Amino acid sequence: MKKLLIGTALATSVAATAFAGGHAKEVTIGVFLGFTGPIESMVAEMGPGAEFAISEVNDSGALLDSAKVKAVRADTTCIDSGAAQAAIERLITADGVDGVVGGDCSGVTGAALMNVALPNGMVMVSPSATSPGLSHNNNEDKGLFFRTAPSDARQGVVMTEVLMDQGIKSVAVTYTNNDYGKGLADAFQSAYEAAGGTITINAPHEEGKADYSSEVAALAAAGGDRLVVAGYVDQGGGAIIQASLDSGAFDTFHFPDGMISDTLSKFGSDIDGSTGQHPAPSTELAESFTALVGGAFNATSPFVPESYDAAALIMLAMQSADSKDPADYKDHIMKVANAPGTKIGAGELAKGLEILRGGGDIDYVGASGVELIGPGEASGTYREVVMKGGKDTTVAFR
Amino acid sequence: MEFLHAVIVLSNFVIIPAITYGSQLALGALGVTLVYGILRFSNFAHGDTMAFGTMVAILFTWWFQSIGVSIAPLPTALLALPIAIVLTALLLLGTDRVVLRFYRKQKSAPVILLIVSLGIMFVYNGLVRFIIGVGDQRFSDGSRFIISARDFKKLTGLDEGLAIKTTQVITVITAVVVVALLFWFLNRTRTGKSMRAFSDNEDLALLSGINPERVVFYTWLIVAALATIAGTLYGLDKSFKPFVYFQLLLPIFAAAIVGGLGNPLGAIAGGFLIAFSEVFITYAWKKVLTYTLPEQFAPSGLMQLLATEYKFAVSFAILLVVLLFKPTGLFKGKSL
Repeated sequence: MKKLLIGTALATSVAATAFAGGHAKEVTIGVFLGFTGPIESMVAEMGPGAEFAISEVNDSGALLDSAKVKAVRADTTCIDSGAAQAAIERLITADGVDGVVGGDCSGVTGAALMNVALPNGMVMVSPSATSPGLSHNNNEDKGLFFRTAPSDARQGVVMTEVLMDQGIKSVAVTYTNNDYGKGLADAFQSAYEAAGGTITINAPHEEGKADYSSEVAALAAAGGDRLVVAGYVDQGGGAIIQASLDSGAFDTFHFPDGMISDTLSKFGSDIDGSTGQHPAPSTELAESFTALVGGAFNATSPFVPESYDAAALIMLAMQSADSKDPADYKDHIMKVANAPGTKIGAGELAKGLEILRGGGDIDYVGASGVELIGPGEASGTYREVVMKGGKDTTVAFR
Repeated sequence: MEFLHAVIVLSNFVIIPAITYGSQLALGALGVTLVYGILRFSNFAHGDTMAFGTMVAILFTWWFQSIGVSIAPLPTALLALPIAIVLTALLLLGTDRVVLRFYRKQKSAPVILLIVSLGIMFVYNGLVRFIIGVGDQRFSDGSRFIISARDFKKLTGLDEGLAIKTTQVITVITAVVVVALLFWFLNRTRTGKSMRAFSDNEDLALLSGINPERVVFYTWLIVAALATIAGTLYGLDKSFKPFVYFQLLLPIFAAAIVGGLGNPLGAIAGGFLIAFSEVFITYAWKKVLTYTLPEQFAPSGLMQLLATEYKFAVSFAILLVVLLFKPTGLFKGKSL
């Protein structure tokens, strides 16, 4: 019966799409991530994550006219916009990709989108660019840019909720002086002040400096119940925490996503009572994705589920639009990502493709619990943590 | 009482950290200034020489810790320091023999030697990263505080805390001892005098029978000691990361130039000037003024002269002003 259904579905879809344009046997997807540069260790897991979704679709053979999907890698370098633009240009003109998973860091992603993807009408789905500056609320991206990672504007709101629930009404903020740190600190400031909180000082710090005593002195003079450190724990952020503890400036801290890592354990119980949050899928989703991956790569590394989902969304939208032309399928990404429809988790891409072929509707959940809001970005689930004995322990998911 | 609070806040956040940072910079700048004065070139490899020396100290600290040798409450790294100095000296003398001696024989212009030192810098840079890796290493042990902010508050019953770290005291004491020894050596011993003579006028020194290779040998020995001590003290106080040591080169050179390149006294003054100006000018005076001024004058703003992101600009502004009005630096070094 099932076979018959699939057969019928296949027959009707072939008949119905015989006239559709951009329909082909081969689809190419660019994997546009920072394989070299400051986040190369994260990308080593993210790249395989995206390619895992592609091989799953290839195994099913259910995409379009049983098309084979080919992945082509290109390097964003994370920091060099010139190199990133050249790389995506190559993907579009030489490799002829039909969609791009990436980029990774906010700065290069914005440059590649505005200068190359937009003029060429190419769809980009980023798994990890979180800057609020990439939320194109006035359609500056012509509906071509999506992300499976949440905007830091959302993280600012979540941070505010975490702090307000603990009754913390006054904080000092220091952020790493780049697109990520500044975007997050500004988003947090507006959300926190709107909620009635006071920010005593909002000061940047540079990475890799010799001495942070002047930063800590200014933060301590401004005061506050807690110090929010929007930086990187392996660099200036960690040094500022150390200097604050040494001088007795602050005892408790609040850590956004860039600060939560095993490195925090070096402070031991000195930072007990500090809070934080980072984007993470719920425990059930994380467990099922880990089981699905089965050790091929680290499924719980940051932004790996998001990479899988970015690739999956592109292919599902192609199926829904019955075309691999970005101009056709870009409007279908929101449709397959959100309700209504049958819920499709990670590992169920074949099922999703079949439903779409039959003209049905799906609500893609994927590995990270995809729910696209606003101009096409993940609403985001955050894990709220509290430090106990030098370890981050989960309080709740928000 | 209020005034006492103000003094404690100021010492805790400004004076003590600035003195520590200033001592670290001064020791680094002394090494740079000695090479400039005696060997006549700007040694860009100094930051990475510090990194190398510190790395050796760390490796031996770990070894001592593993076999259970310690000098608690002092950090074990102090025990490893002499070995690190010897190995760093060997590295510097080897470099001099293989690379720099060739250019000295050629009587190359200082700018060529500067570029050569840049090359040496990259080699050291790679060597350190190759051996110990690029990550953060922490190797301080022993007791961390002489008095912590919390204990101070409990002890005195005051509202403000004053923290004094063991490493801060060790840094300042070591710096004083090292500087005193250096000046005694340069001014009182025969070798030190011949080094100064060589620095003042090379031809005259050669004519009076001073062996130049001997002067070079002792210079590298002293530079190795200074660099290793400065690097290890810095690493104990903060943490060791090769990239940060590379970045240290900037404030160290600023300190040496402000004080007057080639003048040891100037290097010390320059180190403290850079450290104090970085912390003082970007300090938010709100708390101090709240304690000292009558209540109705208490400031509501932060009372910060310049935001902290401009602190590098502060040291370079001082550098520019000094070079414009006193090209030889505050203490009459050699002009650039």
